Amino acid sequence: MYNAGKIIVGILIFLGVFTFPVLYNKITTGPPPKLELPAKEKECVMPTPFMKASHMELLNEWRDQVVREGNRTFVNPTGVKFTMSLSSTCMKCHTSKVNFCDRCHNYLNVSPKCWDCHIEPKEPQAGRAQ
Amino acid sequence: MEQTRRTFLQIAGLSALGFAAHSALDAFAVAGPSDYIVDPKALKGKRWAMVVDVKKFIQSGPDALKRCVEACHSTHNVPDLGNPKEEVKWLWTEPLEHAFPEQSSEYLHDFTKEGLKGLPVLVLCNHCDNPPCVRVCPTKATFKREDGLVMMDMHRCIGCRYCMAGCPFGARSLNWRDPRQFIKTQNPDYPMRTRGVVEKCTFCEERLAIGLQPACVEACKNKELVFGDMGDPNSQVRQLLKTNFAVRRKPQLGTQPQVYYIV
Repeated sequence: MYNAGKIIVGILIFLGVFTFPVLYNKITTGPPPKLELPAKEKECVMPTPFMKASHMELLNEWRDQVVREGNRTFVNPTGVKFTMSLSSTCMKCHTSKVNFCDRCHNYLNVSPKCWDCHIEPKEPQAGRAQ
Repeated sequence: MEQTRRTFLQIAGLSALGFAAHSALDAFAVAGPSDYIVDPKALKGKRWAMVVDVKKFIQSGPDALKRCVEACHSTHNVPDLGNPKEEVKWLWTEPLEHAFPEQSSEYLHDFTKEGLKGLPVLVLCNHCDNPPCVRVCPTKATFKREDGLVMMDMHRCIGCRYCMAGCPFGARSLNWRDPRQFIKTQNPDYPMRTRGVVEKCTFCEERLAIGLQPACVEACKNKELVFGDMGDPNSQVRQLLKTNFAVRRKPQLGTQPQVYYIV
């Protein structure tokens, strides 16, 4: 190989620059946040893996069903009925927006606009929550 | 085993298909079929409408009007900005000659001893059969439901205000600022609005959906306001129109308003 030294050094520099963002994030990002789960309820409207991955899509679907179709009741695959409401149904179990929604959203740097209009529930007092 | 290129490609293709099917099935297994239904308590109608009994309102006095407006605004978190230019209106009063400008005449107003000029008349979105606001909305944020309700989807509104220009009744208001701090008492069961969206009366569709009458109708103790289904010949509103003379605001514009005034 001609100019092996230069090429190998070049490849190494390239790899360093190329993988820098990934490695940097690995180092600087803290551990994923621990969310405060409801004490009483064990089952959400859908299974947890689905909620983790697709709660935003579910909420969008709920929004369209309620506002545009006039359907207000959601029947999940196991047949349990729920009123489709962010502030009344979701937040009835997930009582703390700060310790549930915000923790993950802040960690991932996403800012959904839900609470521009929807009224967040009063935060449970710190002493009582734990 | 001798492997030709052909068998290799066949196996690779099949396994790729298998993987795809597996993940697709996984998604179905998690999501499953879910369903969306209407609350069985919901009021059902073919064509919702409202009758405003102006005569009864005169008898009940100005407090009745105030009570209706207050009921609406506290239910729907309507802000009070204290500035008529930025006012957000769902249900409000207009002087008679403004509510019915084409009927305005200094002689007609002499009907009673005090004169009818300046008589406050309750006005709201007319939920027209042929709503201009719906026609002009570029995002379909405002739309007409099958039961005749002219509905707002705040999530879609981009605040272009075409609907405000289209509405001949001035029933739509833009949120020039964030209304949050101007709401006296928040009703946590109903969302607020945000800066840059247009809002209006929705005939309390959120209350109809759980079997309740609109908030203003409920607040009127002497039945000054009656809400009901025009599609049902036996409904209260139809009976009222059969036995009383009623007018609508600006019917000549052809929007077919569905708020009737007994005069």
